[in-house]
Amino acid sequence: MRYKTRISLDKLFKIVFKATGLLVLALLGGIFLMLIYNSFSFFLDVRPLDFITGMEWNPTGDTPRYGMLPLILSTTLVTFGAMLIAIPLGIGTAAFIAEYASPRLKNILKPAIEMLAAIPSVVIGFLGIVVLSPQIATMADLPNGLNALNGAILLAIMALPTIITVAEDAIHAVPNTYKEASYGVGATKWQTLRKVVIPAAFPGIIAAIMLGVGRAIGETMTVLMATGNASMFPTGMFDAVKTMTATIAIEMGEVPYQTTHYYALYAIATVLFFMTLIANMLGEYFINKFRKYHAV
Amino acid sequence: MRTKLSTESLNLSFGTKQVLKNITVSFNEHEIAALIGPSGCGKSTLLRTFNRMHDLFPDAHIDGRLKLEELDLYDKTIPVTEIRKRIGMVFQKANPFPKSIYENIAYGLRINNLPHNKDVVEKALREAFLWEEVKDDLKMPATRLSGGQQQRLCIARAVALRPEVILMDEPCSALDPVSTLKIEELITHLKEKYTIVIVTHNMQQAQRIADKTVFMYLGEIKEEGATQDIFNFPKNEVTANYIKGQFG
Repeated sequence: MRYKTRISLDKLFKIVFKATGLLVLALLGGIFLMLIYNSFSFFLDVRPLDFITGMEWNPTGDTPRYGMLPLILSTTLVTFGAMLIAIPLGIGTAAFIAEYASPRLKNILKPAIEMLAAIPSVVIGFLGIVVLSPQIATMADLPNGLNALNGAILLAIMALPTIITVAEDAIHAVPNTYKEASYGVGATKWQTLRKVVIPAAFPGIIAAIMLGVGRAIGETMTVLMATGNASMFPTGMFDAVKTMTATIAIEMGEVPYQTTHYYALYAIATVLFFMTLIANMLGEYFINKFRKYHAV
Repeated sequence: MRTKLSTESLNLSFGTKQVLKNITVSFNEHEIAALIGPSGCGKSTLLRTFNRMHDLFPDAHIDGRLKLEELDLYDKTIPVTEIRKRIGMVFQKANPFPKSIYENIAYGLRINNLPHNKDVVEKALREAFLWEEVKDDLKMPATRLSGGQQQRLCIARAVALRPEVILMDEPCSALDPVSTLKIEELITHLKEKYTIVIVTHNMQQAQRIADKTVFMYLGEIKEEGATQDIFNFPKNEVTANYIKGQFG
């Protein structure tokens, strides 16, 4: 190829790649601006404080009510329940893979866990309806098992791969010298794991949990299918709940364009955006802290 | 002098690679023994057989006999934690736990169900010549100490358990000459109470502190004897070349 052509090709691709990079940034900014812009239209009608602390979500009633507290609580309830299940399971599995499993078992377990992350969320939701729901209904003596507990169990399954993978990396990265020091003074494997390895890996484990939380808060299809979607004020794990994500997904298709209700959904999305953003930022913060700590 | 630690026809292999060949050696009570030899000759591996550190590697295969006095170290009825309590270890790179100075000493005591209070911790730190330097900030993270201080803390952590033997795997290789001298002084002092086996690459160090020197080469013991004899009148040509610095 001629020298001049090569130079111009070089320049061309530099511009192309720069453009793709900027496009991603523009998308993020664009989505954020769209959310904010539409939320503003909503807040012209409803005061932000009433929106966040309102006890009733009924945008289609005779006097529409736009209180998103039940939605926030629903999301929190389902996420919290999911974490209650996923954190011990995830950290236990991570510790097993990093410290106890034989290399052969490790080679089976790690890809298997990554495959768990590849199951489409609609399939998990389907499992919730046909497998989990009847079980819960029988056990708790309810007409059906579509409730917060169902959603929490499913979300736990979905958050597990993230939690296990990140926590396993953190436990695996604890320097061998710490373990040797502990074994050297006569500690057993369990004592070493509990008192030396897990504390040393702690920032990484927190990061794993926060990334799991981020995953659970934003999940839509599964909770929409499994939690019953009753927009009442949730009182416990056996109540049907309507999460923020499910509310947007269900109502966006039917709401008249550019009404207060329409803008309200944008406002929910904005709140959701900030919730996942905070969870992810906390996760990233702890991952970085963990890296710095072990670089020394 | 009583024999404290001994091996008889010890062979060790990792997978198919034989690392120690037919080692028979003994170490006397209240003496410092130095293991010397070129890198990869098996001295650290030999050292780590005594407190069963190879248990962590499933492909390590050991046969032969190892004894602490009359106790068989690889007797299956004796918990390995009990052996590691009686045979302490100081590692090449100072490895304090990422905890406070106090906690570093208290950790070993606590997991062995021994009393742990300020007096016990103080005594261990005094024995390791560290007390005067740290007595005012026992709560400080141990990782903020200097390299030499960290290594002395690791020695304090080992002596706190009142072991009978202390194994040291090149404890000064990462330290400056001043810190090294301080640790050597400490080791010489410690032999009144403990039996010490130390791996070292430093010929001068072996001559300064060791009562007995064992020269290893390619997984075998080439020569052993009183330190003076080994360094002044080596019988083996390989030993002579090594201590003169012609290889290694």
